[in-house]
Amino acid sequence: MDRHTIRILLNGEPVEVAGVAPTTSLLAWLRGARGLTGTKEGCNEGDCGACTVVVGALSGDDAALELATLNACLCFLPTLDGKAVFTVEYLRAQAGGRLHPAQQALVDCHGSQCGFCTPGFAMSLWALYDACAVEGSRPDEARIRSTLTGNLCRCTGYRPIIEAGQRMFDLPALALDRERLRRDLLALRRRESLEYAHQGARFLAPRTLTGLLELRARHPVATMLAGGTDVGLWVNKQLRALDAILYLGEVAALRRVVEEDGVLRIGAGASLTDAFAALARHWPELGELWERFASLPVRNAGTLGGNFANGSPIGDSMPALIALGARVVLASVRGRRSLALEDFYLDYMKKDLAADEIVAAIEVPLPAAGLRFRTWKLSKRYDSDISAVCGAFALHLEDGRVHAPRIAFGGMAATPRRATRTEAALDGRPWDEAALALAAQALDEDFDPLTDLRASAGYRRRAAAGLLRRFFLETRADAPLAPAQTRVFAAFDPCAVVPHGEDA
Amino acid sequence: MSTPRTGPAHPPAAHHPHPHESAHLHVSGEAMYVDDLPELAGTAHAALGLSTQAHARIVRLALDAVRAMPGVIGVLTAADIPGPNDCGPILHDDPILAGGEVHYVGQPVFAVIAASHEAARRAARAAVIDYAPLPAVLDPLEATRRQSLVLPPMQLVRGDPAARLAAAPRRLAGQWQVGGQEHFYLEGQVACAAPREDGCIQLWSSTQHPTEMQHVVAQMLGLAAHRVVVETRRMGGGFGGKESQSALFACVAALAAWKFRRPVKLRPDRDDDILITGKRHDFQYDYEVGFDDDGRVLALRIEMVARAGFSADLSGPVATRAVCHVDNAYYLSDVDIRALLARTNTQSNTAFRGFGGPQGAIAIEHVLDSIARTLGRDPLDVRRLNFYGGEGRDTTPYGQAVADNVIHELVAELEADSDYRARRAAIAAFNAASPVLKKGLALTPVKFGISFNLSHLNQAGALVHVYTDGSVLVNHGGTEMGQGVNTKVCQVVAHELGISLARVRATATDTSKVANTSATAASTGADLNGQAAADAARRIRLRLAEFAARTWGNGAAAEVRFADDQVHVGGRALGFAEVLRQAYLARVQLWSEGFYATPGLHWDPTTLRGHPFYYFAYGAAVSEVIVDTLTGEWRLLRADLVHDAGDSINPAIDRGQVEGAFIQGMGWLTMEELYRDADGRLLTHAPSTYKIPATHDCPADFRVRLYPNRNREDTILRSKAVGEPPLLLAFSVWFALRDAIAAAGDGRTNPPLRAPATPEAILDAVDAVRAQRAAAPGAAPAT
Repeated sequence: MDRHTIRILLNGEPVEVAGVAPTTSLLAWLRGARGLTGTKEGCNEGDCGACTVVVGALSGDDAALELATLNACLCFLPTLDGKAVFTVEYLRAQAGGRLHPAQQALVDCHGSQCGFCTPGFAMSLWALYDACAVEGSRPDEARIRSTLTGNLCRCTGYRPIIEAGQRMFDLPALALDRERLRRDLLALRRRESLEYAHQGARFLAPRTLTGLLELRARHPVATMLAGGTDVGLWVNKQLRALDAILYLGEVAALRRVVEEDGVLRIGAGASLTDAFAALARHWPELGELWERFASLPVRNAGTLGGNFANGSPIGDSMPALIALGARVVLASVRGRRSLALEDFYLDYMKKDLAADEIVAAIEVPLPAAGLRFRTWKLSKRYDSDISAVCGAFALHLEDGRVHAPRIAFGGMAATPRRATRTEAALDGRPWDEAALALAAQALDEDFDPLTDLRASAGYRRRAAAGLLRRFFLETRADAPLAPAQTRVFAAFDPCAVVPHGEDA
Repeated sequence: MSTPRTGPAHPPAAHHPHPHESAHLHVSGEAMYVDDLPELAGTAHAALGLSTQAHARIVRLALDAVRAMPGVIGVLTAADIPGPNDCGPILHDDPILAGGEVHYVGQPVFAVIAASHEAARRAARAAVIDYAPLPAVLDPLEATRRQSLVLPPMQLVRGDPAARLAAAPRRLAGQWQVGGQEHFYLEGQVACAAPREDGCIQLWSSTQHPTEMQHVVAQMLGLAAHRVVVETRRMGGGFGGKESQSALFACVAALAAWKFRRPVKLRPDRDDDILITGKRHDFQYDYEVGFDDDGRVLALRIEMVARAGFSADLSGPVATRAVCHVDNAYYLSDVDIRALLARTNTQSNTAFRGFGGPQGAIAIEHVLDSIARTLGRDPLDVRRLNFYGGEGRDTTPYGQAVADNVIHELVAELEADSDYRARRAAIAAFNAASPVLKKGLALTPVKFGISFNLSHLNQAGALVHVYTDGSVLVNHGGTEMGQGVNTKVCQVVAHELGISLARVRATATDTSKVANTSATAASTGADLNGQAAADAARRIRLRLAEFAARTWGNGAAAEVRFADDQVHVGGRALGFAEVLRQAYLARVQLWSEGFYATPGLHWDPTTLRGHPFYYFAYGAAVSEVIVDTLTGEWRLLRADLVHDAGDSINPAIDRGQVEGAFIQGMGWLTMEELYRDADGRLLTHAPSTYKIPATHDCPADFRVRLYPNRNREDTILRSKAVGEPPLLLAFSVWFALRDAIAAAGDGRTNPPLRAPATPEAILDAVDAVRAQRAAAPGAAPAT
């Protein structure tokens, strides 16, 4: 098998690709080289969903077929090697020239006006349709809305599109031939790793962790690429040239999520979707953050490792992971080491990471009984927004007194950081209004936030204190308030109940 | 098709919820937008180089590095423009490419033409531009202090507001502001131009105004209008943003095609699009109102300062519409309305759904809401007290009688259907027991004037071709941007010819088919073009009727009936196509032009008096929200909308307009924030930073219905225009937020809430009303 040619199953047909830059986006290739103009460019940064496609891949030891929506604008073409790509043009073909139920439902419900976002919505609905077919389920409205968080529509106001998500199941069923797709993908599987190059730019996709670490040692300045939800922007928006890309998406070991020795270990290559699913099993309090973390296609592409390895001050996963006492596992040919997540961040976008090291995993200690934990983000929009403030709070109560509090914030400093003064103010005190007042004062001293387009420094201070107060109201021993009394979005959050065991 | 059928085999063409004519193409990705058209051989791609300064003289424009970039074909600057360097729609103050000075961050300075889209974008960044900074004005109020206006101030005075204000038993003054809004059409600006023989230019443009694109390109190149042909099949959204501001992109593409003798496409990246183009005008208000103890307005003085940006663009007419909508649904006997158009070193603000109407109307809503809270009355009662209607209370400040007023009945229905009073009581009970979360409720009405303020724009043309197989092709001057104008026009034509809708197809708007068209704007697309198409269809029908009466009947054309794809004549039912074939053989003209001019309009722009609107559209909405007083987060719990679309041609499309406008208006007033830094750089220039509503923002409980109200004016099928008016229904969300915030205080304090009501704006207002309550004597401690 040719190690230097990208092979993609495009709308059911194998296609070989060479002679394009490794950073060529799937979107540009579809529209340009393939003439598939149904997939639209709305923003070129993964925020509008007009370019939504569905990508199928085999994963795990049993080579199970997984389909997921992705933003084609953020996919570098070589990352699709060995995968199936479905564009809106496939749907009509699948339906024998008629409209697929997802499409027909959009027509019946008047779900398109200008029509430019519509192919993206059709693909998101198509993915939902297939997922439900596999499960033998029908989605409720909440699931439909969640499915569509990555698709913007400026015309309809969404109601008819959400309705179409129900209506499509009333139409004659049309099943995707998943067995055949799986067989076709098995035929595309390669033994040796892809080494793609074009005009001096290289794309290396090792298949083992050892291979990855060796390549990292040899190419310490190569760009590490996982989901591409950030690196894609460097290319699309900053027009940066990437001479060497080290892609970790083919290293199966990095995608593993396991529980052992009292920790949940999430491989750095696990998608945000998989990572949050595992986290939320232990910490249902993460439900709202999960739902609001970027959008479904971005969570399908992006990795938890990428989110915290990036080191941005506003990544939404870090405050929660810090509050939960997570540790980062770093690996290199020299060996492995681990450190507390908060110690990983040295300064703005600076990390404790050697040139030959990679982020291999994050380890989160499994929760002890009686943990009181919450995390919330604040932003202008509920769906897919970058937070102005993201806060996470964890503590235990022993005889009514606060024990081992861990409080962390994003958006309040140059890095995600613990609120050490606040923690100190609380530790050992009765969890009451007096302690809260001291904590609020300490919180004000803990951070000196910035004013930017997301919020002013003043808002960040006051809202951070507001979140602390909300945490108190929900977790105090005496007459705690239910989420429905403290959060406007409680109704959206399937996990917005008093978490099991909190009364312990 | 020629088989005669008995009875109506198809749903009626008109007054029926047919799908959008392109729905099947939208969902399958087959609908072609400009960037989807197969590229002509040799097509080159353009990218723009943008100013990084808010106001500066260009000292040096070094483009050699740009020319040296891979794939570059050439560069263009203002010096390459053969004719006037202007694409302004009214005044001539909009340079296509900056001359010696730049006037805002984002202004295009040069264009680079390259072999690929990517090569052009890359090359554009290689430019070196040296600037000598000039003083920049970024704040509209500072601009007015410096008398820096793009047009002279406007003032509309009726009665004796000064004296009545002085004599009023109660007075209230206020200042506040409403932000601008980025259009965020999903399809960005795009134009593709190709040189044609004999010095002609063919242009494909995503524009609401093909005729204007024809004019600006012809003027720029010194060509006669007949040498420029502009085609627009559809836009991926317009919302006003492609009315005048598609011109810059059309001009650059055409200039490049003309200069380099090859097809050139210009499709700016989203960030560039947002940095270059103007937005909805942000407004600042300063008012004083006199009222009586019941809340009846006795006199109002209001000054509105709108951010025009660096040039006039459409700001004049926008301000006019704002002035003409300060009354909204209310009779204002003595008013003094002033509008100032501030010249700032920012994007030139432009048309946006509502065109100043929303900014005018929300001002009076703010006044009435504040009066009600001051008096401790339900704002609905104060609003109702001031509605148009009753003896001597039916003339607008600009002198037009409100002859079709239905606001009393419409609001009464909504009040009952939405259970307004019971919910008001339930919310009060909820708030009393809820320390952190507060709910709010508001009902706001809409009255919106339909027609272009400028009378001569209210005209349209259409061309209808009937082919001998019974299929019909219609072309008209309106442009399709998703609003369904083509669907409605096809419905009108099918209705006039008595045939099923499937027989009628609309084609791309094309300046070589219908000439001298007006912009598809001011909600008038279906009103004007539907009438023109109906006129054309009637002419054909009349010819066919005369022919049928001669051939098969008693000679009386009036007795020939067209229905159900048949022609009923002399007791027989003939298939439509059969009649056509015979008519063709008899040399009957089977195509026709049609024309329409809205009757009875007049407007004096100097006195701001006249009868600018053919009729008014009405509506009302009730919104219920919940607010977190600790963080300023909020959510819309329920919305009830009733909107008057006359006798709707297509209730599904009209409902779509109502819902979409409501959500878009809600975005404007809540989450959509344009943020500029101290140097005038717009930092919210992509969907990652500029947040339009998404799926969870559509309320779970959303009750929308059309208000049956056959238009008393002879509009097309007695329908009403629907594109813009329902945007104002979103006022209810913002005033419900204000209501909830007031509940965090003593309920009588008017929250100093600004728009957009972001969580930060809400928390600021919450803290302000709580601080006021805490400062009040005998105040209870805040919870």
